[in-house]
Amino acid sequence: MSEHLLEVKDLKQHFPIKMGLFKTRMLKAVDGVSFTIDKGETLGLVGESGCGKTTVGRSILRLYTPTTGTVRYNGELITDKNIQGFRKEIQAVFQDPYSSLNPRMTVGDIVGEPLDIHKLYATPAERKAKIDELLTLVGLNSDHSRRYAHEFSGGQRQRIGIARALAVTPKFIVCDEPVSALDVSIQAQIINTFDELQQKLGLAYLFIAHDLHVVHHMSKRIAVMYLGKIVETASADDIISWPVHPYTQSLISAIPIPDPKKARARRRIVLEGEVPSPLNMPQGCAFRTRCRYAVDKCAQETPKLEMLGEGVGHEAACWNPQG
Amino acid sequence: MSETILQVKNLHTSFPTDSGEVRAVNGINFNVNRGKVLGIVGESGSGKSVTAYSILRILDNPGRITEGEILFHGENVVDYDKTQLRAFRGAKVSIIFQDPMTSLNPVYTVENQLVEAIRLHTPRNPRQARERALEMLQLVGVNEPNKRLKQYPHQLSGGMRQRVMIAMALACEPDILIADEPTTALDVTIQAQILELMMELKNKLGMSIIMITHDLGVIAEMCDEIIVMYAGRVCERGTAEEIFYNPCHEYTKGLLHSIPKITVGKERLTPIAGSPIDLLNMPKGCAFASRCDKAMKVCLNTPPDEIRINNDHIASCWMNVKPVSGKTQEGESKQ
Repeated sequence: MSEHLLEVKDLKQHFPIKMGLFKTRMLKAVDGVSFTIDKGETLGLVGESGCGKTTVGRSILRLYTPTTGTVRYNGELITDKNIQGFRKEIQAVFQDPYSSLNPRMTVGDIVGEPLDIHKLYATPAERKAKIDELLTLVGLNSDHSRRYAHEFSGGQRQRIGIARALAVTPKFIVCDEPVSALDVSIQAQIINTFDELQQKLGLAYLFIAHDLHVVHHMSKRIAVMYLGKIVETASADDIISWPVHPYTQSLISAIPIPDPKKARARRRIVLEGEVPSPLNMPQGCAFRTRCRYAVDKCAQETPKLEMLGEGVGHEAACWNPQG
Repeated sequence: MSETILQVKNLHTSFPTDSGEVRAVNGINFNVNRGKVLGIVGESGSGKSVTAYSILRILDNPGRITEGEILFHGENVVDYDKTQLRAFRGAKVSIIFQDPMTSLNPVYTVENQLVEAIRLHTPRNPRQARERALEMLQLVGVNEPNKRLKQYPHQLSGGMRQRVMIAMALACEPDILIADEPTTALDVTIQAQILELMMELKNKLGMSIIMITHDLGVIAEMCDEIIVMYAGRVCERGTAEEIFYNPCHEYTKGLLHSIPKITVGKERLTPIAGSPIDLLNMPKGCAFASRCDKAMKVCLNTPPDEIRINNDHIASCWMNVKPVSGKTQEGESKQ
């Protein structure tokens, strides 16, 4: 068996929701998700709000204990007991650079905390040298280490978050919407920083975002999620050039193109209706209520993620794939 | 050329604060023409929302219009008193906000809120107003409008709420609809629905739209004319084609380069260096000079005037000043 850096198999994350005094219902935030990520590779995870993409990231980080399913890192099973050891390998960068940094700590202490926890230095001088090195790596400078988070702009704060994640020299980073809170011009700076760090340090990313432009730019492969399930995976270029799942197709056609002539020339597939509540999911394929190609089978059986052909690396979960 | 409904002339809006005066809008000019969509694009803090709030005179305290004119059919909105403003807002110019979650009142039903808006501006009795409300909900594509009228905002999804907001804004048939980041809080598939709806309604009702957004994609799809704002000033103003295919301000060029494009194959993004400007410490010259790699001496000292590129295009950038014969561009030639 080939060794993947990260292997997620049939991951399910269900949350009990109280409905009145005695009744509880299960909210299936993630319902059977499998994927692998290789060393130095980026997998993009896209989907609309509520589709479970953030929950996938958090389950990998063991911020939640998965309901069922396994996560293996370098072939080793991650459990609640041994997660501490993996924290040195798997780190996270979160969406909101305003709430993910402690306002009472100096930047030096924020970046230094993982070093303290994992005892990665011998002398205070070494600690300081490491912090300075990390800040330089993400495009800040060592003078910044004595300031507090509120003194920085959004983009700089996100750099601090990245420096903190890199402190323990991880091999894998879960990036949960790391640029969606930033302005376009700053967003491009941070995306380039992620690119450079990947090349320099050989990092693997799980890049979670709702913006297909950004995900496509960052990722080698993309997985599209809808209501807790992956509906299509393919290489980044294939997803945009030959999407086969009707949901992926409409998602791509819904993205505004920053080019007036192209934008006005194309025909858009506008989806009818809205995402059903994950508490009350339709039988069979979850997308069938909004799908224009739905057939009888879609209501009866849930489609599984299947290869479209030998060796093409393009999978879709659809009874009536298009294109 | 179609009729000009709204003219904004040399508008200045500022917020006096303890740490100094924040000059959010610094002398901007533009026109809104009948039946056209005007896009205002810029990053956070560029003054695009403050411009919209100034037009409607709904600035939060202590914001003040310190200079300039806002002419609506020739009347200066800046001089309006309370009664005139009440007749102006909602009926002549109305607005939809970014966040459909907080812009509806949570303790009133949809019907209450729609009927209130309609009765304030039109002489309808309660029954007629309710009919109008129902008609509006149908117009904006709310399913089961009869049931929705009885519901509270929290019972509706984000897209539904934004439709209700649009229904409310359009109930009195305004001449201009200001849309302040109307789809930023929504998912892309819902965003596509709402944008489609706005264009459809614009054509049906013949109103003008001022579309405020940071998303260049939305701008490209919707707008006839575009204003690019930076630090409270207009960098560039022109038709959509001119702005996207012939950008003449370094900031606009930077913005267009920093968006990842969905094309096969990858190229490195060219971001704009530096961080957004601090409105409390505005530089003497061009506000963008500190982030501009083409900045010259003149940029640091003198803010550029509006320079006409052609009939449909104006840019405030010294790079567009043709060198006067005998002098180089770096020379302090003030044209």
